[in-house]
Amino acid sequence: MSNAIPYLPRGVRTHYDRIRGRNVLLGPERALMLDEIGHAIIAELDGKRTETQIAADLATRYGAPVEAVSVDVAEFLTDLADKRLVERRDP
Amino acid sequence: MLAELTHRCPLSCPYCSNPQELTTISAELETDQWADIFRQAAELGVLQLHLSGGEPASRRDLVDLVIAAREAGLYTNLITSGIGLTPKRLEALNDAGLDHIQLSVQGVAPQLADWVGGYKGGFERKMHVAEHIARLGFPLTLNAVMHRHNLDDLPATIELALKLGARRMEVACVQFQGWALENRSMLQPTREQVDAAKALVAHARKEHRGTLVIDFVPPDYYADFPKACMGGWGSTGLNIAPDGKVLPCHAAETIPHLTFQHAQDVPLAEIWYDDPAFQAYRGTDWMPDLCQSCDRRDVDFGGCRCQAMAIAADAGATDPVCRKSPHRGLVDALLEAELGAQAQQDFIYRKPPASV
Repeated sequence: MSNAIPYLPRGVRTHYDRIRGRNVLLGPERALMLDEIGHAIIAELDGKRTETQIAADLATRYGAPVEAVSVDVAEFLTDLADKRLVERRDP
Repeated sequence: MLAELTHRCPLSCPYCSNPQELTTISAELETDQWADIFRQAAELGVLQLHLSGGEPASRRDLVDLVIAAREAGLYTNLITSGIGLTPKRLEALNDAGLDHIQLSVQGVAPQLADWVGGYKGGFERKMHVAEHIARLGFPLTLNAVMHRHNLDDLPATIELALKLGARRMEVACVQFQGWALENRSMLQPTREQVDAAKALVAHARKEHRGTLVIDFVPPDYYADFPKACMGGWGSTGLNIAPDGKVLPCHAAETIPHLTFQHAQDVPLAEIWYDDPAFQAYRGTDWMPDLCQSCDRRDVDFGGCRCQAMAIAADAGATDPVCRKSPHRGLVDALLEAELGAQAQQDFIYRKPPASV
């Protein structure tokens, strides 16, 4: 899956919840509170870059080992894909 | 937040969650009143708005209501039977920014579905609507309400969801509130059906992972523990009736000692925080000792208040479906009596509200 391009499908979007002071991922009958890491990953989904590229960019930005970031990104996105809140397409 | 825009509906499903006393069209809120409620809700922290009914498409101003909801910043979901959604109207809803559609089905066999919905030709019309929903690219949830007469069709129901391109489906066993309570002996599934359905759902979830998300709402009477009704009374959800009455849940009016305020009279935030009806079963202080001392206290919050009212005649009791409830025997007796005798021969259909 790391070669796929992840994106938010129609009907799924982020929303800043002023009341709770959190970013939320809104989808069909779902509202997922995003932590900082989750929000950082979601913010990278531009529909252009592959999962590998996104993990590399995040690793560079946060000065973290790319292997660890790749695992986090893959787990997070796979979980959301299982919930159909993220889609993946071939590059 | 669930907004019951109207109690009008072309269908007359015998398990409708609307109250027995239906609101007439003349008592329904106006467009601008709803728009004001949507803005107040967003300010209060509501994230998702479910436009429901009755049939929300029975409101002529549905498109304007969706525009108002999106302007308020709410994620907007339409809960519909599909009847009344012409291709043109769906296109207008698409332009208005409707986020998601939840389409109900009464069954997968046209004859059975139309019998349950009390509306001839309904199934076929729904399928046409579903085609247009797919054509326009709306995210779709198929809501299959299940009971004794259609639970055996679960495999075909899952197939239908896949065929219609639904991302999600709800296999929602009938909850015995509203009209369903009148028809309980006709609707109650058998234990064999329930066990088979659970196994099927578990299997289908694995098989269709990443394609179809399946939410299963189990039938209460066969459960060991109650559902966390509304995620806890007055904690995450609220319901607005067609006349603006603000309820902690759609069945709350069955609790006779509670009175409710209207959103056109009192600010929504004031009702949410201070209304005695919302305070009545909020948190855990109201609970009987059985629930207070239970390790599931903060898991199921004592279950459903309306179910406690309906079965134990005490809205402050532990939900009688709980294995620990002193009233559990009543539930078991109901199951035995209703599945044994099967006295009821036909549905008592939901009657439409007077057209004044």
